[in-house]
Amino acid sequence: MSTTTMTKIDAPVADVTQVRRTNRMPGEKPFGLLRILAFAALVLMALLWLLPVFWALVTSFKTETDAASGGLDLIGPSGFTTQAFEAILSQGNVYIWALNSLWTSAVITAITVAISALAAYAFSRLQFKGNRWLFLMVIASIIVPSQALIIPLYYQMLTFNMVDTYWGLILPQVVMAPIVFILKKFFDAVPVELEDAARVDGAGRLRVFFSVVLPLSRPILGAVSIFVFIQAWNNFLWPFLIINDTTLMTLPVGLQTVLSAYGVQYSQVMAQAVLAALPLVIVFLFYQRQIVKGVATTGFGGQ
Amino acid sequence: MTDVMADRSAVGPDPEVTPGAASGPRPAPPTQRQARRRGQLAAWAFLAPFMVAFVLFVIWPLVHGVFLSLTDQSLTGSGGSFIGLQNYSEALSDAVMWRSIGNTVWFTVLTTVPLVLIALIMALLVNTGLPGQWLWRLSFFMPFLLASTVISQIWVWIFNPEIGAANEILSAVGLEPIAWLQTANVDLISIAIATIWWTVGFNFLLYLAALQNIPTLQYEAAAVDGAGPWRQLFSITLPQLGPVTGVILILQMLASLKLFDQAYQMMNGNSSESSRPIVQYIFEAGFVGYRFGYASAISYIFFVLIVLVGIAQMIVLRRRKEDS
Repeated sequence: MSTTTMTKIDAPVADVTQVRRTNRMPGEKPFGLLRILAFAALVLMALLWLLPVFWALVTSFKTETDAASGGLDLIGPSGFTTQAFEAILSQGNVYIWALNSLWTSAVITAITVAISALAAYAFSRLQFKGNRWLFLMVIASIIVPSQALIIPLYYQMLTFNMVDTYWGLILPQVVMAPIVFILKKFFDAVPVELEDAARVDGAGRLRVFFSVVLPLSRPILGAVSIFVFIQAWNNFLWPFLIINDTTLMTLPVGLQTVLSAYGVQYSQVMAQAVLAALPLVIVFLFYQRQIVKGVATTGFGGQ
Repeated sequence: MTDVMADRSAVGPDPEVTPGAASGPRPAPPTQRQARRRGQLAAWAFLAPFMVAFVLFVIWPLVHGVFLSLTDQSLTGSGGSFIGLQNYSEALSDAVMWRSIGNTVWFTVLTTVPLVLIALIMALLVNTGLPGQWLWRLSFFMPFLLASTVISQIWVWIFNPEIGAANEILSAVGLEPIAWLQTANVDLISIAIATIWWTVGFNFLLYLAALQNIPTLQYEAAAVDGAGPWRQLFSITLPQLGPVTGVILILQMLASLKLFDQAYQMMNGNSSESSRPIVQYIFEAGFVGYRFGYASAISYIFFVLIVLVGIAQMIVLRRRKEDS
């Protein structure tokens, strides 16, 4: 396939990581007063935005007494300590919750992207009765807030016997109409000639989809996968409702349940926050480009 | 647009295929009809997994919710008899429900303007191409990656009345300390502050992406005509961001109206009159009060609120587009 096709298909992924170094307004001096002011404003805002996380980190390395006495010192009077982390990690469930979060988010992402891609392809390429109104119905469902469905959905899970099970946690999260919309728009832009060539060679619809369309769609599939994964990883309300068994909980829900128990042990609470934040932050540090692109692309609904 | 959708799968010219209407009344030769039937089957094979999940987890709850809202169903399984519109009339005269809606709308007002404005300023500053791109994106966007649990814990700590950073800062500039999350009406503002810090990075990215799409040529042309940086900002950049701002505004308002996670967790599950959002009232009616029927009715009132806001914004946006 030609390079022109590739660039055309890459286009919908906005690359916000490619801010031009020379984005100086034409005619503007490199070290003009405006640029210095802009730089100062950026530094100030970045500090403001980093400070809460930084401060949580600092507190998590203090003793409980130092943390409870307040103050803005970096290292408490009793010195630097990893006590809080040791306490959290020794009481057990954090590993299980992190593991639960990891694998359920991965499964949710895999199922969501797979079924959305198949449906989006049908909406984009295949003729069938009711194509248009079915698609409209899926798009219209974007307006339905999932929070308004928790009561009947929970009732449904009760009748399916899926309360307090992984399936009850995972399945209701796999329907994401915006993803179908984004992928359909992407498939619409893929030149149909590429598929026709394969069809003439006798490949069936499914073959064409897997061997021609999917390989072309890697950038967009990566982008939406990142978005779905972050959403699933951080989802609170549904996992909070559907899971009561401590060993089945995801990280956000598990941490919430022990919060009251540690209510006044500030360095432990902060150590928990740091531990829970760590996985995504580390991934972000390594894959900033991809994540930023993925979120920007998906956030707009591919517009 | 829609024609493209229907035509795509046609291999070569095919007069029998009318765009969008595969069920055309004209009789087709048998071979073609067979091919078409096979095409229908293939289409449904692709659609089935998503549609099954869609019907089970969106359509069915949506329909069943209406039914539940007309009964006195309880979470414990008792009740379930038809009581007509009683739940709705009760909800409409329920002061707590109206207060929750009021809180939700107030929170939306408090967060939407800063979340759009600050995001815009951040994006404009970062887009100047100043060194440190990696760091700016990290600082502004990273909070968005944190779970609601994590940001709630951090901000409860910051808002701690005795030892929290917020009061340390207040006393440093000579102001009286505030019991942020323990004072009526201040609690929702505190939640709004935490929310702005948490989610502004998302809007920032959307603006940054939009800024990249403005052709540099326009700036070069303006510079040739002698327009300075401010002039360029106000006559090129901001007007071009108009449509994007409309989209961000809609997304932001709809997101703010769905407030629950951080409000619930920052108040540690104890709701106060002045901070309880409508989603939390649904949760409390259903899972604390066990009144599934009543909670379903409130869910529908909430749903109507969301739809009304969505429609109102669509109309405003469309009118503005026609004006320009």
